[in-house]
Amino acid sequence: MLQGIAFYLLSTVAVVAGLLVVTAKNPVHSVLWLILAFFSSAGLFVLLGAEFLAMLLIVVYVGAVAVLFLFVVMMLDVDFLRLREGFAQYLPLAVIVAGVLLAEMVMISLTVVNRGAAADAASPMVATADASNVETIGRVLYTDYVYFFQAAGIVLLIAMIGAIVLTLRHKPHIKRQNVADQVGRDAKTAMEVKSVTTGAGVTPEDLV
Amino acid sequence: MVVTLQHYLAVAAILFTIGVFGIFVNRKNVIIILMSIELILLAVNINFVAFSSYLNDVSGQIMAMFVLTVAAAEAAVGLAILVTFFRNRGDIAVDDASVMKG
Repeated sequence: MLQGIAFYLLSTVAVVAGLLVVTAKNPVHSVLWLILAFFSSAGLFVLLGAEFLAMLLIVVYVGAVAVLFLFVVMMLDVDFLRLREGFAQYLPLAVIVAGVLLAEMVMISLTVVNRGAAADAASPMVATADASNVETIGRVLYTDYVYFFQAAGIVLLIAMIGAIVLTLRHKPHIKRQNVADQVGRDAKTAMEVKSVTTGAGVTPEDLV
Repeated sequence: MVVTLQHYLAVAAILFTIGVFGIFVNRKNVIIILMSIELILLAVNINFVAFSSYLNDVSGQIMAMFVLTVAAAEAAVGLAILVTFFRNRGDIAVDDASVMKG
């Protein structure tokens, strides 16, 4: 009973937030609705017994991806109202395609799944008796899926390199630290001895 | 009020559809398009986790983790491309993104 209430509450919030993501006028609001959608989905994951993924969703999505979106949206000075042109124009087509897609997916999930073993299970697995969710994931991830795990690391590395290569630029007239120059300095090039006549005083021009 | 697998599949289907809908209506705003893709991947993740939970097989949750990884990488590279595009053109309207060719 309580599970049902939680499910309907969380899924309603997730769906409404998802709708507001795509219809909000201000992209900053869109990002905030996206965060709400992710939070409610994390709640659904907890309901399904996948606590680790729920935490991962909050840490990775809300903590990293959504903040990245927020940065970019606030950093770019764009006329967002102009970008909404054509919203009404594409709306009928979008409604038709979305309606067909939803009908198809609901039909498939109702018919195909009914034939499988999945339909027999009445309540989701929360955790097995001998191991928690995190422990189970760890056992499988680092044994059966270890190569996939490594590949995921490479994907992230390449994404990082790609993002840096795309956005890094060297502006002229900006002083940068050059470690090789700093280390390569020696007393001969770093210092110059000037002879100054006694009693004549020194003007700034003499020191250049 | 027993929550079955079909309930979760329905929620995931609705979220997926909202993502596709968002791509259609916000054809000019590439930021919203990226967010719609995130919504679609979230729907996929819900499907993975729901099946994993009801079939008592943890592999689905691991696949969901990989989806999460790819989604994070995709968001990072996508936003980097967006920033570069904005620097070059001073705008992010995707209609004229074809000038980028080459």
